[in-house]
Amino acid sequence: MFNKKNSSPAQRRGRRSALASAALIALGLLITGGAYATVSATTANANADLSSPAVITEGQKLFAANCATCHGQQAQGTENGPSLIGVGSAAVDFQVGTGRMPMQMQGPQALAKPVQFTDAQVQALAAYVASLAPGPSIPSATQLKDGNVANGGELFRINCAMCHNVAGAGGALTEGKFAPELKGVTAAHVYEAMLTGPQNMPVFNDLNLTPSDKKDIIAYLNYLEQNPSAGGLELSSLGPVSEGLFLWIFGLGAIVALTVWITAKSN
Amino acid sequence: MAKNDKDKSQLVAAEPSTGTGVVAPTEFSDPGLPPHRPRVTDLDPKVAKRAERIVYSLFYFSIAASVFAVFAYMYFPIEENDVHSVRMNTLFIGLGIAFSLLAIGIAAVHWGKQLMSDKEGIDHRHPVHGTDETRARAVEIFQEANEESGFSRRTLIRNGLIGALIAFPLPAIALFRGLAPMDQDPNNELKHTMWKKGSRLTRDPSGLPIKASDVTIGSAFQVIPEGLVDLPEHEMLDAKAKAAVLLVRLNPEDLNWTSKQRESWAYEGIVAYSKICTHVGCPVALYEQQTHHLLCPCHQSQFDVSNECAVIFGPAARPLPQLPIAVDKEGYLIATSDFTEPVGPSFWERAN
Repeated sequence: MFNKKNSSPAQRRGRRSALASAALIALGLLITGGAYATVSATTANANADLSSPAVITEGQKLFAANCATCHGQQAQGTENGPSLIGVGSAAVDFQVGTGRMPMQMQGPQALAKPVQFTDAQVQALAAYVASLAPGPSIPSATQLKDGNVANGGELFRINCAMCHNVAGAGGALTEGKFAPELKGVTAAHVYEAMLTGPQNMPVFNDLNLTPSDKKDIIAYLNYLEQNPSAGGLELSSLGPVSEGLFLWIFGLGAIVALTVWITAKSN
Repeated sequence: MAKNDKDKSQLVAAEPSTGTGVVAPTEFSDPGLPPHRPRVTDLDPKVAKRAERIVYSLFYFSIAASVFAVFAYMYFPIEENDVHSVRMNTLFIGLGIAFSLLAIGIAAVHWGKQLMSDKEGIDHRHPVHGTDETRARAVEIFQEANEESGFSRRTLIRNGLIGALIAFPLPAIALFRGLAPMDQDPNNELKHTMWKKGSRLTRDPSGLPIKASDVTIGSAFQVIPEGLVDLPEHEMLDAKAKAAVLLVRLNPEDLNWTSKQRESWAYEGIVAYSKICTHVGCPVALYEQQTHHLLCPCHQSQFDVSNECAVIFGPAARPLPQLPIAVDKEGYLIATSDFTEPVGPSFWERAN
C-alpha cells in the first residue's frame, strides 16, 4: 500500500518533510513509554518479589546504612526510634514511600518530604522488615479499586473526618501535631495508613474497617478529588477560618470602601 | 424676666471664685457654614450631562439585572440529584438580585452627590411641648376620666383588670414546655443514656458487635450501643447524641488509675469513654494513639486517656465519663452499667 502511494510526488515530499521526523520521534517515544509503563507496572505489582532472599539481603544492607542508627541493627528499636519487628511491609511502604522516613529531625511529628529512595529500594526495605516477623503487607492493586463511594463517605465522616476534615483537607492536633491533607495521596498509601496507624493516627485494622470498607473510603477520597465543590470557591475547604478571613478582608473591605465613597464630598 | 436677671447677677458675682472650673475665659464664636464651593457638575453642563447619563444607565442596568434574575430562575432550575444545578441556580439568581439592588443604591448616591443641590442650610429646632393651657387641660382630662370611671375608687375592678392583663401572656410561656419531651422528665433524660448492663458495644454505623480481640493496641473504634440502629431515625439520633462512645486500646502499663474500681471498668487496656465533650457537648474523637491525647475540635479541650481522661488543656471542667466494660461469654465487649454520671455539658440540676 505504501509502495503504491510512494509513486505520487506529494507523498514523496511528505516523507521528507519535518513533520515526518516529528511523527517518527513521537512514535518512538510512545513505544518506549508504553514499554516502560508495562515494565514499571510489573515492578509495582511485584509483591511476590518481597519474599526473595536477594531482595531481602538488599533491603538489609539499605536498612543497616539508613535506618539502623535509630531503629537498631536488628530493627529491635532504640531510645531514638521504635522497634520495627512486626510492623510489616505496609508500614515501611507508607513511611519511606511518602518520604516521612528517614526522619529529617526530631519534632512533633515526621513530615512528608521528597522520597529518599527509588521504588525498588523502598520495596527492598519493606521486604527486609516484613521478613523479620509477620505484619500487615502492601495492598494489591485490586484492593484499591472500585469501592462504594456512598458507604465510603459515611465511614469517612465517622472514622476519619474529625481529624482529616470532612473534605480531607487535614487539620490541627495537639502540641504542634496535625492530620495531613489527603488530596494527592496515593490509594496504596491511604490504605497502608489505615492499616498500620502511622505516628499518632489510630490503627484501623481489618476487623474494624474491613478491606472492603477501606476500598470504599479510598473511592470516596477519589471522588472528592475528582469532583469540584458544589458550593463554588472552596477556600481550601478549611471551614470557618479561611471563610471568615475572606469575609473580614473582602466583605468588610467592600463595605468600608463604599462608606468612604458615600461620605466623600464630590468635587 | 426678673428671675433671669437675678440669676445673671448671681453668676457675675460668683465669677471670681470659680476655683477649679475649666470654663474657658473667652467663648467660642459660631464659625458659621463654610463658603459654598461649586462642584464640577454645577459649572460644566457637559459633566452634569454625563453624571445624569450614568445615573439613569444604572437604573436601567438594575432593571436588566432583575429581569436577568427571573430568567436565571427559569434557565438554571434545580435538578433533582444534581448538586451542581444548585450552584448555577443560586449563583446566577444571586448575581441578578445583587446587581439590581446594588445598582439602585449606587445610582441614588451618585445622583445625590453629583446632581442634587448641595447647598447647606440650617433648620432651627422649635420647642415640642404644648402651651401651658393645653398641658393643664390634659391633666384635667385624666383626672376627669379617673373620677368618671372610678378607676382608683373601684379597686376591685382595677386590680381585676391588671391581673387579667398579666395572666393573658402566660399561655404563650407555658407553650414552650412543648419543646421538651412531653412524656419524660428532661432532668432524667439528661442523666441517663441508652447503655445498660449487658448491652454490647457495636460499630458505628453498621451496628456489628465488637470482640475484645478485634481491638488491637493503638486501635480506635467509634461505638454505639447494641440496638441503636434499629430505632426510628429521630429516636436513634437523640439516643446516639448521648450514647456515642470512643473505644481505644492502650498498653495496660500506660493506664494510670485512681482506684481499683475504676481499673475494673477497663478490660486488658481497652477503655471506653463518652464522646460528648463536658464543655458544650461537641464530639471528642481526635485521638492520638502515641500521646493518648483526645482533642475536642470545637474549643481545644484536651483529655488524657492514660489518666482517666483528665482535662489537661482547655475550657472543659470535668473528665470525660467512662463507660464500664467487660467481656461476655462469646468474647464480645459489653457495658456493665450505664455511665455512672451524666454525660456531656453541665446543666442546672446536675449535682456537680
